[in-house]
Amino acid sequence: MEINGVHIDDTFAEAFPMKATRAIITAQNLEWAYHSARAMTGFATSVIACGCEAGIERELSPEETPDGRPGVAVLLFAMGGKGLAKQLETRAGQCVLTSPTSALFAGIDDGKPIPLGKNLRFFGDGFQISKKIGGKRYWRIPVMDGEFIAEETTGMVDAVGGGNFLILAESQPQALAACEAAVAAMKRVPNVVMPFPGGVVRSGSKVGSKYKALNASTNDAFCPTLKGVTKTQLSPEVESVMEIVIDGLTKEDIEKAMRAGIEAVCRLGAGAGIRRISAGNYGGKLGPFHFHLREIMA
Amino acid sequence: MSALTLTLKAEPRHRVDLSPLSAAPELTPAEIAALKVWAGKRRHRIDELFRIEGEDARNLVLRGDCRKFDYVGRDARDLSLTVEGGVGAYAGMGMRSGTLHVKGDADIFAACELRGGLVRIDGSAADFVGAALPGNKRGMRGGIVLVKGDVGARCGDQLRRGIILVEGDAGDWCGSRLIAGTVAVMGRVGDHPGYGLRRGTLLLWQRPESIPPTYGDCGVHTLGFLPLWFAGLRHLDSRFADPANAFDRAHRYGGDLATVGRGEILIRAG
Repeated sequence: MEINGVHIDDTFAEAFPMKATRAIITAQNLEWAYHSARAMTGFATSVIACGCEAGIERELSPEETPDGRPGVAVLLFAMGGKGLAKQLETRAGQCVLTSPTSALFAGIDDGKPIPLGKNLRFFGDGFQISKKIGGKRYWRIPVMDGEFIAEETTGMVDAVGGGNFLILAESQPQALAACEAAVAAMKRVPNVVMPFPGGVVRSGSKVGSKYKALNASTNDAFCPTLKGVTKTQLSPEVESVMEIVIDGLTKEDIEKAMRAGIEAVCRLGAGAGIRRISAGNYGGKLGPFHFHLREIMA
Repeated sequence: MSALTLTLKAEPRHRVDLSPLSAAPELTPAEIAALKVWAGKRRHRIDELFRIEGEDARNLVLRGDCRKFDYVGRDARDLSLTVEGGVGAYAGMGMRSGTLHVKGDADIFAACELRGGLVRIDGSAADFVGAALPGNKRGMRGGIVLVKGDVGARCGDQLRRGIILVEGDAGDWCGSRLIAGTVAVMGRVGDHPGYGLRRGTLLLWQRPESIPPTYGDCGVHTLGFLPLWFAGLRHLDSRFADPANAFDRAHRYGGDLATVGRGEILIRAG
């Protein structure tokens, strides 16, 4: 398969079941909502070492938020419910509670409720006040800038993590430009986040390592500087490979995001130095969700 | 299906305990007609007191002057009950869900120990709206009470959870011994507002003549929960649902410091 001169490999991305939740952060203005959301979703690129994967899903207008202020929606993903709840609580406590004028609300009403403000309330040292509004409980926690409002719980749902595709280009700037175009297109798709810096990974990994202590190591088959010394997947003209990893609430959400991203890359086409689109997998033995590139782009 | 309409044939000589009628959603019209209610020391069938029309037993309408009928809607579940006049005491007592709409006035202890649903009183309500029964320690513990007129004394006494909305004035001891929940009054309040309030909020549109000395002045603040709270009332047919009457800036008095002191009186500011 070839689109605008870009070869689409006959391969698939392999993804895993995860648990996910959405939180809505509002503030006096969008800038401060972003400050809080960026802090909350910082150091959350991979569950391997961060405990969770998280990202900003989208901006919310005042009409879309519970308290009528501008806000942003963030999605958090973890391998299990317990881990997700712990990460949510820790990040909310350190990054949202601390952020001036912020408030924190549930972004998912379905699924199993997990604590949002339920335990943060104890920061109020007994001065916290509960208000039940429209069947939902909120906590008013006195803080130095006024009051921090947090909804008691948010919903945790089954989700999918690790959807991905690789962009193979003739140069590093061209690979990055294609990634930027892809991420911009994918950000318009709801229910997904690209958790890596700017949505892009330049250090894709393979399972295992020559070092016993490591479970993963550099994906040498896609490293352009190793073309002559390893079993490479790259043709001579490919000089740079970058990956976009996608976590989504459903398999369909990831498929939509992958399609939007690959379409954006292919619009740039071979003329912009884009040679191939590929994907990362583990032979189909580890993850139950397989995203076949050619099926998605058919 | 049309609402099951009970039209009062004649005013009873004695007060009538109408609580058996709360079982209406599980009964047929014939069974409702055969229900027996106490009036003084005698029991009457419902159809001795009312003329019955319609079929929908989940949607009841009472017509006539029902001010001698007590316990209207007591412990009701999933019942929509409209009274096209006034009602006696204990209207909506312990109601679990559904709606009770009183188009006239309500006597004492309206919505006392309410657990859920909406009690709407278009007229005024007497003392102890949403309160605990004498001897009990917890008043209303869920739901919403909306009074379009005035309320008497001790409104929300020992309120545990839920919201009492008063569009008119409130009598003395408004929000007394509040345990939690919110009492909101658009009109004036009498003496001793929030007396013995433990937790919860007494939300006032007009400053009382005096704030109890056992409250601490916390100053004027913009409170983020207020827009959220007002947004939760938008579904009501009430002045509380009108954004023009909403506010987010309030003078906060913390107290009652004679008790645990974790509650507040909020007075509209600015």
